[in-house]
Amino acid sequence: MTQPTARPLSPHLQVYKPQITSVLSILHRMTGILLAAFAVGWVAWLIALNRGEDTLAAMQSLLSSIPGVVLAVLATWTLFYHLLNGVRHLVWDSGRGLELGTARLSGWMVVIFSLLLTALAWGVWL
Amino acid sequence: MSLRSPLARARNHGSARDGVHHWWHQRLSAVLLVPLVIWLVAALRVAAGGDFIAAREWLALPWNTVFALLFTLTTFYHGQLGLQVVIEDYIHTRWLEVSLQVVVKLLALVLALMGSLAILRIAFGVAPLAG
Repeated sequence: MTQPTARPLSPHLQVYKPQITSVLSILHRMTGILLAAFAVGWVAWLIALNRGEDTLAAMQSLLSSIPGVVLAVLATWTLFYHLLNGVRHLVWDSGRGLELGTARLSGWMVVIFSLLLTALAWGVWL
Repeated sequence: MSLRSPLARARNHGSARDGVHHWWHQRLSAVLLVPLVIWLVAALRVAAGGDFIAAREWLALPWNTVFALLFTLTTFYHGQLGLQVVIEDYIHTRWLEVSLQVVVKLLALVLALMGSLAILRIAFGVAPLAG
């Protein structure tokens, strides 16, 4: 669709105070986009397993560097967040849990459990 | 009283002109991905070990081959459905929007095929390409 004038599009995000529900909603999209990129990493691993031991070792050392570890931890949290919030969306699709209080509570639960699972996956005990 | 025309009602495609196909398939693939991601965590534990031979042997076990293929295909199918909506929502220049849609769908298909071929080669015991 071409925009004849440069009028702002609704919803006017810049005048809204961020809320847990809206922040998690946009995070679901952002993590979805990131996961599409991380999925390329999955294919890269499979290809490395076909290339040979040296290719896998090269990939392994890349992932053991500081930026590599940061990226891997981000990928883990992204995966758990999108998984848990995705289940939250599926529950909503069934018509349940849409009350404001419930939606806020389930939102915070997604945040806490995604962080907990990430810590667990990386062997960090709280 | 309905404001929809009899033709629109007969086609049942709604304002998206595409019916509920996209919405429904996004949910179905999401449900399928829940157990598959739990399997993926096990796969990533093997990957984290960094043992070449052990990872290949693990992936060649029949159930792991099936789950790896299902995960790869479902992930790229679900991913391109999601990216399609993102592009529809934020890219308002028509030629760019259409081009991006084609590129994303083509890339998803190519990556899904590359991943599947890699899994099958390991499952069928094809030797690594470079020693």
